[in-house]
Formats: sequence, structure tokens, C-alpha cells
Amino acid sequence: MRYAGIDIGSRSIELVVLENQEIAESRQTDSGFNPMENAESLMQGMTYDRIAATGYGRHLFEIAYNSPTVTEIKAYAEGAKFLFPQVRTILDIGGQDSKAISLNDEGKIKKFEMNDRCAAGTGKFLEIMARSLGYGLKDFGPAALEARKDIQISSMCTVFAESEVTGLVAKGEDRREIALGLHSSAVRRALGMLKRISVNDSLVFAGGVARNPCMCQLLEKALERKILIPENPQMVGALGAALLAREIK
Amino acid sequence: MSDYKKMWADLGLNLQAHDALLSVLGKAYQDIYLAQKNRPAGMGYFDFVMSEVHGLRIKELLDEKAAGRKVIGSYCVFVPEEIALAGNATLVGLCSGADFATEEVEKLLPRNTCSLIKSSFGFKLGKVCPYLECSDMIVGENTCDGKKKAYETLKTLVPNLYVMDLPQVKSAEGRALLKAEYFRFKAAVENLTGVRIDADKLRKSIAIVNNKRKAIHRLMSLRKADPAPISGLDALLANQVFFYDNPARFTESVNKICDELETRIERKEGVFPKKTPRILISGCPMAVPNWKLPWIIETSGAVIVGEESCVGERGTRNLTADSGSTANELTEAIVDRYFKIDCAIFTPNPDRMNHIAEMAETYKADGVIHYGLQFCQPYLMEAIPVEKALESKNIPTLRIDSDYSMEDLGQLKTRVEAFVELLR
Repeated sequence: MRYAGIDIGSRSIELVVLENQEIAESRQTDSGFNPMENAESLMQGMTYDRIAATGYGRHLFEIAYNSPTVTEIKAYAEGAKFLFPQVRTILDIGGQDSKAISLNDEGKIKKFEMNDRCAAGTGKFLEIMARSLGYGLKDFGPAALEARKDIQISSMCTVFAESEVTGLVAKGEDRREIALGLHSSAVRRALGMLKRISVNDSLVFAGGVARNPCMCQLLEKALERKILIPENPQMVGALGAALLAREIK
Repeated sequence: MSDYKKMWADLGLNLQAHDALLSVLGKAYQDIYLAQKNRPAGMGYFDFVMSEVHGLRIKELLDEKAAGRKVIGSYCVFVPEEIALAGNATLVGLCSGADFATEEVEKLLPRNTCSLIKSSFGFKLGKVCPYLECSDMIVGENTCDGKKKAYETLKTLVPNLYVMDLPQVKSAEGRALLKAEYFRFKAAVENLTGVRIDADKLRKSIAIVNNKRKAIHRLMSLRKADPAPISGLDALLANQVFFYDNPARFTESVNKICDELETRIERKEGVFPKKTPRILISGCPMAVPNWKLPWIIETSGAVIVGEESCVGERGTRNLTADSGSTANELTEAIVDRYFKIDCAIFTPNPDRMNHIAEMAETYKADGVIHYGLQFCQPYLMEAIPVEKALESKNIPTLRIDSDYSMEDLGQLKTRVEAFVELLR
């Protein structure tokens, strides 16, 4: 049997197919302006017996494909457990939201926190800040790691932080240092959520923002422990949905 | 419907804005209420009440006024209905459950005021609340800071605002203050209606209000069954209509629904399948048409089995003792009854904490969702110790802060669905 999971996020769509407990195929595309159309072309030529949807667009998918759905929270927890069976805490920072999930000893979700309706500290925040400093998204983290000192950014709000950045640039501050300050601000936000659920060992960091090396380093430093990062952190939600497709009848 | 137009115009409503409000309300009712499956047939009464909430019910109130009764509007469960009724006045809850005329409101109130207070101003400024316009007296009460300061401004917008002070500590001094205020209110009602409130009238009004509460208690107790015989949305509606309807008719209608629910329970019929995760809601009151969170919960695979809320068990749970023989003794009994309300304006407020845990157990809730209105300090502050205390008893708890807007619908849906997933 081939079980598929699709994660329709605010910025990207991931698709994973599981066969014999192994990832047989995985694909990714941008969500764009018509996520359902993009999901459909992503699925072209892909065969599966059953599919489950997660992510922001899961209910649209449910209507179009009559498929079961699962929240990102459950999907990320399942996906992370598949990759790292010992995981007890999961931090997922995606395109427009972020969540911290804690699991009990049996691996069941015990508690979770989600950012409120604003995008502070999410992938969108980093994307906008990278652009306002003239970096590509890929170069943003590495550039921040080159900074010699951290410039304190006091605004968590994307709109206010952007004007703060403009002000700092006008003052002639080193943009790598501003970049580090912005990463620190996003990490502080994530730590706030993690503290509310209590962090256990074996923390998995997933979601698109886990691809940013500066975020990973700052988090490890702040938490004083090694964090586990999946090889493909954006696929964890789709993987979790595929695992759940197997269970759902 | 056209005959109401003249009635609304005579009340000074803005007809165009009012039509717009009714059409939004009708649409929301259709999508949220009528779209539910397996509803008890008795809910037809409440469907009718809601379809006539600004029509027939207002006409009834105007007819009562023409016959010499007075109408008193209130925003809070601390305003004692027994005293209003004994003085030949009808007490009604005033509209405060939807955003309206927000731009006008924000000229008078800071933006970071809770939705409920803003809404009460919006309905006045937008001229769309017929209950407010037909009230002979509007009672404001010093509960939270937001409300008591807002009443200073509301006083400039309405000619008949009466402000009731309230204690904030459950002490002998606190009770003395409530007693003094209830006696002052009694005199104000007598002054308004010209009726002297005596023991006989109080005994009758206490019976009427107690019967209304008993009917709700009966409804609540039937919700202990699994499968739940009635949805949380429908039970919330009954609790909301509690504030508007003719008390005797309300009591009769709720009891009729209870008869039906008892049959359902015998047949093991429910609104959702057996073993559906059961949720207790606790926190800020939900006034009509603030159905957002219950709607999300019950379309996410869970059923609400209780409301720890002013529009719910916090507001209705205690009866007033009717054993006093004099008007003074009966008024004291009213003071005793209302002084037990565990509103978050009280400090400290351990009764509420105990009541939430007790309700979770009584109604066999699998989890508690704490609902706080943004900028409502008393409830948002209590939410944190409430969550800690419940979790220490291994009761999963989700804290939600929201308002009347729909912009966080997707976010809330994800959080509630994930919470329901963890209860399974």
C-alpha cells in the first residue's frame, strides 16, 4: 500500500508517499496564489492508495478530494516521531505560523502552543527582514552568522521591525549584525512558546525555518542542548499526514 | 415584517443599518444553527425567538409598556431580576455580542477595549438595539475597570443610565456594599414604576426567576449523558435567550425541550456519536450572536457539555431562598444569592477555580477551553492559574484569547482541532 500525505502551507506545499514504512517519494512546490491548482499539479503522476491532508489548506483539499485531514500540530508530531522516535518536544516554524508541541512518555501530544494571529517570529518575518536588508532567503542565516555582535531589535512586529531595520541601516550599522539581531528576536519568540510547554530533551526543530543555520545555532545556544534537525525539515508535516493516512479509514 | 419598520423607526433605530445587522444575523444563524444535525425539535421555539428577537419580542415589550410596565436594560448578571420583576418591570439583557459602528466607537473608547464593551457602544451609536431604545432605565454596573469607565461615557449617550456599584472582595464589607446597592436599586425601581415592592411581590418574582433557573439546571443536568442529547450551541442559545424572553414562557419552553431530551437519552440518541470528545467552556460571557468559538469547537469533532460563564452556569447556578417573610428578609436573600457569583472581578476568586474543576467532573468533560476576550484583564489574568490548576489535575486545557472579528477563524480552527485530536 502507498500512503500519501500533503501539507498545504501558506508558503509551500509538500507531498510525501510512504511505501513499506519508507519514504518512496517526496515533492515540493510553492503555494502561490492558487494553492489547490498547485497541489493538483504537484500530485500529477503520483500514485497512492490513500491520502491525508494537513496545513492551512487542508479543508480546501478535503472538499476537493474527499480526503481525511489532520492538523499541522498532530502531523508534525507524527512525522517527527517517525524520524526521531525518542522526540519529546517539537518546534515547528513555518511560513506564517509557529508551534511548540510537547509529547508525553508514550509519544502522545500533551500540550501545544501556537503563535497568535500575527506573523512575528515566523518564516514570513525572516523573509521580509531578509528582503529589507537586501539578502536572498538562503544567504540570510549564513550572513547573520558572520556578525561579530548582535544588535538588539526591540520590535517583534514585522511591520515595526521593518522600520527599525530601515533606521539602523540609515545609521550605518553593519547589516550582518542587524541580521543577527533579527534572528535573535525570532528565537526569543520561539523560546517564549517553548517555555510555556516545558522543554524536554530530544527537541526536534522542523518547518522551513529549520533550514536557516543561524536559527538552529541560536536555539541550541539558548536551550543549552543539541537539537535534532530533520534532513528535510519542511517535509515533516506531509510525512506525518502520510503516516496518519495509514491509520485513518 | 413591514409592520415592524414603523415600530423600529418610532424607536429611533437607523433602519438601513438595522436591516444590514438583521441580514448578517440571519445568515449567521442559518450557517451556524440551522446547519446543525440532529437538533431537538423543541429548538424550533428558539429558532422562532431568534427570528423575532428584534420583532415580536420588542412588540411585546412595547405592549407591556403601553399597559404600564417598565423595561429595564442591563449588561450584567449582577442586576437582580427579582427586584425588577417585583417592581412591575421587565429586565432584558442589552445587545453586546457583535462588532458594530466600530469607527464611531473608537472615537469614544480606546482601541484596546474588549469587544463586549465596544459592542455595547456600537449598538447605541449605530442605533440598532431596540432593547436599549425601549428601556426606561439602563443599568450599568461597576464590574471591571473597562465597564465602569465606559459607563462614564455611556451616560452622555443615554438619558436614563443608572450605575450600580459592586464589591470586589467576598468579605463582610463586600456584602454590606452589595446589600446597600440592592436596597438603593429597589428604591430606584420603585421610583421608576411607582410600585411599592413588598414581600408578596418579591416572593412571586423570586419564584418566577427560580423556575427559570431550575429549567436551565434541568437542561444542564441532561447534558451529562453520553451521547450528549443537545449541542453546546443550542444549550448556549437557551442560556442567551434567558436574558431576553418572557420568563414564564422561557421556563415552559426549556422544560419542554428537557422532556424531549429525556426521551432521547432513554433511546441513547445524541447530537453527535457516543464517545465524541466533551469540552467544557470557561471564561468570558458569550452574548448573541457571539457563537464563533462554540461553532468552531462543534465543527471540529467535539461537543460542548457546559459553559462556566455568566451566559451559562456562573449566571444561573444558585437559587434565591424564598423563606423570608418580610420584604427586607427577602431582599437579604437576594443579596446572598448574587453575592455568590464568582465573577473574575473578585479578588481573590477561588470559588470560580473550584467551580470549573467541579463542572469538568460533573459533565465528564475531557478537556476545558478557556475563553478570554482580548483586553479583558480579569478573565485573561485568571486564565493562567486556571490552566495550571486544571493541568495539575490532568485535565487538558486550551487557552484562547479572541474577539468578535472573524480574522482569526483559521488559526482558532487549527488550535481547536489539534486540541480535540489530543483528547481522543
